[in-house]
Amino acid sequence: MKMETEIKKSNQLKPNPSPLLRVTGLKRYFDVSKPLLNRLLEGKPRMILKAVNGVDFEIAKGQTFALVGESGCGKSTVANLVVGLHAPTEGAIEFDGIDMASVTSRARMERLRRRMAMIFQDPYASLNPRWRVAAIVSEPVRAFNLLKGTKAISRRTDELLVQVGLSPADGEKYPHEFSGGQRQRISIARALASEPDFIVCDEPTSALDVSVQAQILNLMRDLQKEFDLSYLFISHDLAVVRHMANQVGVMYLGLLCETAPADVIFDNPLHPYTRLLLETIPDVEMTGRKTAPVAGEIPNPIDPPSGCAFHPRCPLANERCRRERPELKMEKESERVACHAVEENRLEG
Amino acid sequence: MTEPILKVEHLRVEFNTRRGVLVAIDDISFNVMPGEVFGIVGESGAGKSLTGQAIIGLLEPPGRIGAGRIFLNGQRIDQLPYSEMRRIRGKKIGMIFQDPLTSLNPLYTIGKQLIETILTHSDMSAQQARQHAITLLDEVGIPAAEKRISHYPHQFSGGMRQRVVIALALCVNPSLIIADEPTTALDVSIQAQIITLLKRLCTDYDTAIILITHDMGVIAEISDRVAVMYAGRLIEVGNVREIVKTPQHPYAQGLMDSIPSLHHQAEQLTQIDGSMPRLTEIPTGCAFHPRCPHSFDRCRHQRPDLMETKSTRVACWLNENGN
Repeated sequence: MKMETEIKKSNQLKPNPSPLLRVTGLKRYFDVSKPLLNRLLEGKPRMILKAVNGVDFEIAKGQTFALVGESGCGKSTVANLVVGLHAPTEGAIEFDGIDMASVTSRARMERLRRRMAMIFQDPYASLNPRWRVAAIVSEPVRAFNLLKGTKAISRRTDELLVQVGLSPADGEKYPHEFSGGQRQRISIARALASEPDFIVCDEPTSALDVSVQAQILNLMRDLQKEFDLSYLFISHDLAVVRHMANQVGVMYLGLLCETAPADVIFDNPLHPYTRLLLETIPDVEMTGRKTAPVAGEIPNPIDPPSGCAFHPRCPLANERCRRERPELKMEKESERVACHAVEENRLEG
Repeated sequence: MTEPILKVEHLRVEFNTRRGVLVAIDDISFNVMPGEVFGIVGESGAGKSLTGQAIIGLLEPPGRIGAGRIFLNGQRIDQLPYSEMRRIRGKKIGMIFQDPLTSLNPLYTIGKQLIETILTHSDMSAQQARQHAITLLDEVGIPAAEKRISHYPHQFSGGMRQRVVIALALCVNPSLIIADEPTTALDVSIQAQIITLLKRLCTDYDTAIILITHDMGVIAEISDRVAVMYAGRLIEVGNVREIVKTPQHPYAQGLMDSIPSLHHQAEQLTQIDGSMPRLTEIPTGCAFHPRCPHSFDRCRHQRPDLMETKSTRVACWLNENGN
């Protein structure tokens, strides 16, 4: 048993020669300046929001990579970039060895797109209220021309609905007839319809109650095993991430500040921000403990602090942190951390 | 033995609809002691927010209190006329809502809103009220309160706005604050700050807090006692430690088990199959019986009341013999 877990661990640590998804130097800037005339009259400068400012990670086949962080840290922008809902300002996204930017023909792009799907946060906004569930679920099948004939399509729709724990009869209903958890099941069925290898899940359970959340998370893990799916899992809930992820990346103001296998990051977090996140989560298993919340708020991403973006809230910040932005460096064998304090061994404990 | 600050007896909240009377809250009773944090937890649709609205007299029609009595410091408050209830709100009961942006008026500075509230409920002079407002802002941790008092709500971040709302609720030293999902709209690190603040104020001012939330973690962090609601009923009431560590009701057990843990990775999360019944189709007997793994014949026909057990009070027939 122990050996098994060790083998599992060593597999996780090995750098994967050909990951399913590789993101390198990914950047996305948004121009949030006022209109030209206002800028001229009021003498205001151009304002650039660096939502994602250089992010690298890899996702191996059949694995889950989770991005965590507080609101405004750029995790949803990364999700949108990966599926192509935004074009990157800089950097490359490689899917199964193919650089997405190099694909120019529409047909080839469509073949790649079929292999990716997305599940959104709000199951009320992401389903068309005027379509029947069967039409919603079978849309990817029709859009990619995967099956011919209404009979074959409806058979596939029934199969998908059963896979996510609904009944074929539910296909005749409209989304408003379902509860939040059931709607999220419909979203999952739609995501599975094109038989993807890779699903981007943007806060899939944050709109759900805990008992329903447990149902959806269990379903997602079962489907992952069954179809060998890879997930990019975006969440602000660290407990959910611990349950789902093999690898975790923590984001702060558009940058990854720590990435490591899930066990490592939860048992031995290095970056002061990761430690803060883990300490501040209300925890049912620690009822009655004394907490010392960290002061300060998330800075405005339009005007991030100099040096390390976290330095105004960091208990370990020194002169260097204020001046110099830390690079994401390999620390130990599997953990990458962007922190001067870690590099200089200034962490206590 | 101190008297409870709030006594709720057999409260029932109903909605008249075209399809008949819907019972959203069905016969719940509880006490809140001075200076304690009383948590009400449950999933969406359990009736926890309605309970808060009923206490403070802000039920939206067609919702109304169908039966039961509510006492604040021994005074019955559920039948008071609107004008008298208005004086109690703000002066004796403060309220903190989920979304700090909608509970502040965007057209007035926070100073004006604070001072107005103070003047309405006390006989301070305008000058004293201003000074009091600055003290309050300072108290809830807003830096440079003197300057910030003349700012508008949009100039504050979410966490700071929630602090202003807390200052508003504290204006006239209420003996009870009802906080309805006060941290749900906030990020975790900010949430931790607000929770610590609430807990400190509760001790400093000896104010009781009714904390309504769906987040067991928040409840575990600051509550003294907890009530778990399901389909408009209280199914378990007890000390936070017992409810979190050894819940007795099958629903409370399922709820606690379905929370993913930070400390270890489980292969499967425990799930409660099905979902909370709609108000139109609440099952007979125990409302949880169709989803309950231990249900037996009696559960289907007869509704259990809260019964004493060794640790908590539980509404479940399994505990009838004190097991």
